[in-house]
Amino acid sequence: MKAHGTAHKYGDNVDTDVIIPARYLNTADHAELAKHCMEDIDAGFTAKIKPGDIIAGGANFGCGSSREHAPIAIKASGISCVIAATFARIFYRNAINIGLPILECPEAANDISDRDEVDIDFDTGIITNITKNRTYKAEPFPDFIKDIISAGGLLNSIKKN
Amino acid sequence: MTITQKILAKAAGLDTVRPGQLISAKLDMVLGNDITTPVAINEFEKNGFGSVFDRTRISLVMDHFTPNKDIKAATLTKQCRTFARKYDILNYFDVGDMGIEHALIPEKGLAAPGECIIGADSHTCTYGALGAFSTGVGSTDMAAGMATGTAWFKVPSAIKFELSGKLPPHTSGKDVILHIIGKIGVDGALYRSMEFTGSGLSSLTMDDRLTIANMAIEAGAKNGVFEVDDITREYLKGRVSRPYTEFTADSDDDYDEVIKTDLSEIKPTVAFPHLPENTKTIDEITEKVPIDQAVIGSCTNGRISDMRKAAAVLKGRRIAKDVRCIVIPATQSIYLQCIKEGLAEIFINAGCVFSTPTCGPCLGGHMGILAEGERAVSTTNRNFVGRMGHPGSEVYLASPETAAAAAVKGYIGSDIFAL
Ligand code: SF4
Repeated sequence: MKAHGTAHKYGDNVDTDVIIPARYLNTADHAELAKHCMEDIDAGFTAKIKPGDIIAGGANFGCGSSREHAPIAIKASGISCVIAATFARIFYRNAINIGLPILECPEAANDISDRDEVDIDFDTGIITNITKNRTYKAEPFPDFIKDIISAGGLLNSIKKN
Repeated sequence: MTITQKILAKAAGLDTVRPGQLISAKLDMVLGNDITTPVAINEFEKNGFGSVFDRTRISLVMDHFTPNKDIKAATLTKQCRTFARKYDILNYFDVGDMGIEHALIPEKGLAAPGECIIGADSHTCTYGALGAFSTGVGSTDMAAGMATGTAWFKVPSAIKFELSGKLPPHTSGKDVILHIIGKIGVDGALYRSMEFTGSGLSSLTMDDRLTIANMAIEAGAKNGVFEVDDITREYLKGRVSRPYTEFTADSDDDYDEVIKTDLSEIKPTVAFPHLPENTKTIDEITEKVPIDQAVIGSCTNGRISDMRKAAAVLKGRRIAKDVRCIVIPATQSIYLQCIKEGLAEIFINAGCVFSTPTCGPCLGGHMGILAEGERAVSTTNRNFVGRMGHPGSEVYLASPETAAAAAVKGYIGSDIFAL
């Protein structure tokens, strides 16, 4: 499993309220949620994202409420992976459970700049910053997490097996 | 390895695990309540899982809005009841034999040392008091847990809390955990385990420990866990007959940090709005903070020793004229015990409401909602904006003894124990 795209850089403590504001939680429609992704922190987000792009965040990414809508909005907007120094615990679970790959790698999270071109190999955990010509190492996913993500989420992967 | 790491290794069928490692673990219990279970049932049914992994290892507890507070709540509970009947869920607890889940599960012997438990409720961490690994998850996890009996985890690192000494008068487990959260902050244990050991354990009752483990989540922790000792074993007698495993940590080197706490230095502690970390010890509260309501109950402090401590303060006294005091034993058996011991009478004579078990006001559900500008002292665990009602209301977190004394005085202040 691989990902490749342009990185969009954010700071520490990106909370679930800015990822998807509560005023849009009256819908569970993925495309609708994607339209408002990151709206309160980066109004141009949806316009600039190309499928496959990557989010690079700082510490405690996804803190706040336990809403599963937050990783859903990110995934539905076309983001292929979120790299952060650390993730809030429930966001981390929810992201994997809905099939959004996320990698914890403080080194990469700090070094990647906005608009850097990044390549990710989920099998090895190697993150390559093509723009800066540097590599970073994250913990690779074990097979069962890979299964969850490639099936599109936890419940799909259970059904498949 | 830490206690948590050893439990997770066993549940994953591995010899060792290391922090950050992702594992798939076998679950001993999957828990849900009347709010979270319907969401999980929807997922379960939408995905066509035709069966549950083990009808004896799922616990569904109708506690938040029960006895049903409105039609919406009644509909949700009905959905849970129908599901429980369809799959013949053994541990389904409804009005008449329910209790607040985190008081009920230990009481019924449904959690034991070394077990691995998930619950779609953030205070599932409570059972760490018994030496179990237990943690709160989302509804997708609960649905998957019910279907497969497994969950994935990222192995946490841990902070060791080494307790020594003995608690002074007017203090209890609630003051210990408020003290710790005040010290390390609401993200002080983010992602990590809080593991409690040391000579001070011998002076902490099981109820103290359940209160402490209950609020591990308020420090951001994944779980809180206590080393098993004679007090634990005594509690488990007559409740748990299945074999269980006790784990101890290998060495201090396995921990990120060791924090030492001398219990003899703990003072009655109150968390001011709107975060559990905004703590002051009672002697630091120089002003008088008038209160409109006192709530004594919840999964944090609705156990029999909490009821006894509150009753000891209220015996022969009346609560202040302008205060409403709501006492809610956490389970049916605690409720009955309160009646047998004459505590119910003490509460009622003091001018309190004495309610059937429910989460009720703790989450601003029912049975004591605050109006704008009102202020409550409460033995619950969260004092976020609007937690007990109007966003313009305030919640002060404290122990049952402190809350009862404040109810008598009509305010929170440094002299409340001079009754
Ligand atoms: S008593 Fe409060 S904190 Fe405990 S389970 Fe009920 S709502 Fe949650």
